[in-house]
This record gives sequence, structure tokens and C-alpha cells, in this order.
Amino acid sequence: MTTVVGARPRRADRGSGRVAPGSGRGVRAGGEAAARRRDGAWPWLFVGPLMLGIAVFYLWPIIQTLYYSFTEWGVFGGTTWIGGANYTRMITDPDLLSSLGNTVLYTAIVLLGVPIAVGLASLLNLPGLRFAAVYRVLYFLPYVAMPTAVAMVWRMIFNGDHGILNWVLGLVGIDGPYWISTPGWAITAVAIVGLWSSLGFSMIVLAAGLKAIPDELYEAAQLDGASRWRQFRSITVPLLAPSIVFVSIVTVIGSFQLFDLLYAIMGASNPALPKSMSLVYWFYQAGFVDNEKGYAAAIAMLIFVLIGVVTLIQVRLQRKWVSND
Amino acid sequence: MTEVLTGPRVARLALRRRRGGRQGSHVVAHVILATGAVLMAFPFVWQLIMSLSTNAEVQSVVPTFWPSELRWQNYATVFERLPFFSQLGTSVWITVIRTLAQIILCTAAGYAFARMRFRGRFLLMGLALSILMVPSQAYLISQYQIVQGLGWLNTVAGIVAPGLFSAFGTFLMRTAFLNMPNELEEAARLDGASPIRIFWTVMLPLARPSINVLAITAALWSWNELLWPLLVSTYQDQMPLSAGLATLVSDKNNTDYPVIMAASMLAMAPILLLFIVLQRRVIDGLAHSGLK
Repeated sequence: MTTVVGARPRRADRGSGRVAPGSGRGVRAGGEAAARRRDGAWPWLFVGPLMLGIAVFYLWPIIQTLYYSFTEWGVFGGTTWIGGANYTRMITDPDLLSSLGNTVLYTAIVLLGVPIAVGLASLLNLPGLRFAAVYRVLYFLPYVAMPTAVAMVWRMIFNGDHGILNWVLGLVGIDGPYWISTPGWAITAVAIVGLWSSLGFSMIVLAAGLKAIPDELYEAAQLDGASRWRQFRSITVPLLAPSIVFVSIVTVIGSFQLFDLLYAIMGASNPALPKSMSLVYWFYQAGFVDNEKGYAAAIAMLIFVLIGVVTLIQVRLQRKWVSND
Repeated sequence: MTEVLTGPRVARLALRRRRGGRQGSHVVAHVILATGAVLMAFPFVWQLIMSLSTNAEVQSVVPTFWPSELRWQNYATVFERLPFFSQLGTSVWITVIRTLAQIILCTAAGYAFARMRFRGRFLLMGLALSILMVPSQAYLISQYQIVQGLGWLNTVAGIVAPGLFSAFGTFLMRTAFLNMPNELEEAARLDGASPIRIFWTVMLPLARPSINVLAITAALWSWNELLWPLLVSTYQDQMPLSAGLATLVSDKNNTDYPVIMAASMLAMAPILLLFIVLQRRVIDGLAHSGLK
């Protein structure tokens, strides 16, 4: 939720780990030629303000948080060094498994949006498709909408007594659950909203990736008599792999930082909340509701390590997958 | 799909056929895309309908698809009951300040990292890059303390402070400046222009597309962000809209759903309108943020 990334952010809150992008077109080398010269004090004028802010608000805090994770906070302030006690407490805390499980479940459901987005993006890229611009705007709308505000309407849609979702389910003979006040269903409901709000972003990134695949490949495949499904499998998917991986990584990193939607959809007084926390919600609960900031710092470190590990696994998988194909 | 084939149409169909024989499938494509689009847009429409209904209509077991009367007064109630304008003011302020600050600080630093040579360049870049890998929650406790120590709790300064500086934006701009040709810069240098003048009059205009992407991401994130403003502001009339809405709902006694819906519509409206006006730029800009 801090600077690093914008747009949700959706959305997610779009977490901090977004990969620094670049357009990749144009002449490189400009930087290197310029680099041979020394520029005196000018560079410090250019980078100074930013680096000062980054040092104060990011670098120092991360060191401090690491330190705090080994301390306990007194009621009236002041910290005591307690060694690894926060970490041992964390391992035995039942909230660890439930919030980790909820986060993984949420991530898995939101990730279902990636294959859906691949399908929709290839439909959207059909040559000569009309209204493509209208579709793009409609699919993208949830991504730019404020999570807190859309959460309000989703609460109503999911409402167990008078929500339209259960009414629709009732039409086909299904007795819908009390979505947002039943543990398990609650996180599923939030994940459906997460999928809804991130689908548009995945879709337009993938559509841009599809545009970059040369038409000649499809022409050649067609001359060879490849079916359309075969073309999709053997040309589209492998050549789109980098975009698919990028979208998946952004989705996973964003999903692991789930907070806004959960907070806004469930509401702080929801009885199902203790069993529906995400990792970040658990952190928030510990640090800013229960006021155990040392413990919360340890949770923050856990989230940091988890996101690092998951990203690493994805990058590895990507190498394997992309090179095998 | 029977159509009368006129001249240009035949040509276009022939072209489509040549590009992979995908003609004819458009009906299926439209059915799928349109169904999806309806599902995507439905919550917004539903929210609008509910915001114009009565509380009884919103809570009826069989959904009221069209209220008996459009109750625009729900929107008036929002302004009466909530410090809506001051929250809107805070949202606008923090969005403008952070977007401008990120544009200025990130373009300047990105430019220096891409095109200037100085001692410690790689160390500084590494440090900035490292904060991209840490999830934002890891900073919160300490950032809160710093803001508290500065006496900035419940102020606009406190809400905006950490978000003025963006490593993401810096690397976005660095890549943009790396990809630019050298000649213009050299020419300006030979004419005796100072580095700041070269940056301002030669390089910045060339970086416009990337600055647009930076501005869009900064503004979107800033407007929609919830957790940080929620932590540093405790008084309703000093919160931005996102935090204000969230506290509105955590208040159990507040069950005036149409008014909540109206307030949410109003909170989203500015950024949604901006998106609809700038849609091409926003979508194209963000689409390419994923390409290396």
C-alpha cells in the first residue's frame, strides 16, 4: 500500500512488489555514453530529495521493523528485547495457519482469473472485432474503482437474507449461504470480488502481449493445417508465456497483501472475522487493534519472507516452463 | 451471420480470412465478451439503482430492480450526514500532492540514474530497488512512529508523507530515460545548457508517455488507498474518502443502505469520470507497464 505501486491498486491494493517496467523500444546505449562523463554535484541535486525520503520512510523503517520483531512493547511505550519469543509464539499461534490458509485460498481463486483473462484477451484481439474499445473499458472499470466503495455494493449482493446473489441461486434451487458471515464462505466471497477487480488489468496486459505475436506464425500454421485450438496451444500460449507469468506474479504479490477488500467487505464487527483474516489483516489486528507492535513486526517479517519465497518459486517455474516449450 | 457483402467489406473479410481464418467466430466472441461485460458492469449499475431506492426496497427479499420512485434525495442526505466535502477535499489534496511529488522526484532521480555518472550510483540504485521487494506492511509500524514523532497524525502531511517517494516510479522513469537517443542531449550540452535546463527542456518532453503512466498509477493508488490513511487519521472530517467510507460501515448502527450506496457512488465518481475521459491513455499506458 505504500508508494511503490500505484493502482491498487487493486487493486489491489497493488502491492509493493511490482516489477519495474519499461517500454523496451528505442535506442539503448544513450545512458552508457553519458555515463562516461562526470557530472559534478548535479546528480546529487537530482537524486538527493528522493533518496532522502526513501531513507527516512523506507530504509530506516525496514531495519527498525526487523529490530522490533525481537522486542515487546510496553503499554506506555518503550520496548524490551525478548529475543525470538515473538517468532516462537507465532509458530504456535492458531491464527498463523488460518490466516495463511485464507490467504492461499484467496490467491488461488483470484489466480483463476488469469486463464479467464487469456481467453477473453484472445477474443478481444480477434481481427476486426467491433466494440473492442467498449469491452476494454467495461472490463477495466472495476480495476480503477475504489475498493472500499465497490465493497459496499458487494456486501449487499452477498447479503444472506436479501442479497441478489442468493435470490438468483434460489431461482435454480440452490439455498445460498450467509456469504460474509460464515467463515470459509467469507473469504470465498472476498476472492470473487478480488477476481472481478483484477481481471481487467490481466486482460489488457495479456491483450498487449498478444498483439506482439506476429501474424505470419498463424498464417504458416494454418497452411500446415493446424486447427485453431492447436494454434492457440502451440503459438499463442508459449509466446504469451512472459506476459502470463508477469500477470501471475503481480496477481500473487497483490493477493498476498489482501487487506482493503477484506476490511471493507466484512466490516470490523463481523463475527466471522477472526476466522477469515488474511496475513495482512492478522498483522493489522496484532499491531493496531491489539497494540502488540513487536508481535506485528514479526508477522510483517513473515509476510516479507513468504512473498519472497513465492516470487522466487514463480520465477523458477517460469524458466522451466518457458524453456521446455 | 448473413450479411450483404459490399466492396470494402469483402476486402476486410478476405483480410481476416488471410490472417488466420477467424471470421464467423465473432458472434460467439460477442456473446462471451458481452456476457462477461454485463457481469463486470453489473455491480456498478446495481449500486446506482440501490442508491436511488428506499431502505425497504434495498432489503426486500425479492430484489427491486427498479425503485418505485428515483430518490435523488439520498445523495442530498450524504452531504447532510457525512463530512463529505471535507473528506473529498482531503482525497483531492493527497492525490494531487502525491502525484505531483512522484512526478517531480521520480523523473529527476530516474534521469540521474539513467544518464549521469556519480559515485555511489549503483549503491543508491540497489537501495531503491531493494525497497520494491519488501511488502508495504513491513514499513507501517515504523512509518507510523515517524509520522507520530513529527506530530503529523491527523494531518494531510502525515497521510501523504511516505507516498511522496516511489521506487517503482523511479525505475519506470529510469527505463524511459535509458531508452532515449543521445544526440539531442549532446547538442544542448554543446550549446552550453546546464544539466537542469537539458533535463527540463529537452528530456522531460520526450518522457511524456512514461510520465503519463506514472501519473495514472500514482493518482489511482493515492485516491483508492485505505490502510495507511486509516492508521494515521482518527477524525472523520480529516480522513480521505476511502477511510471515511470504511468507518461508515464498521459503524454497526448505520443501516441506511441507500445512503451508503450513494456515498460510495460519490466517492468513486471523480476517478471513474477521469478514467472514462482518459480511458485510451490509461489502458494503453498500463497495458505496456507489463512488457519488458
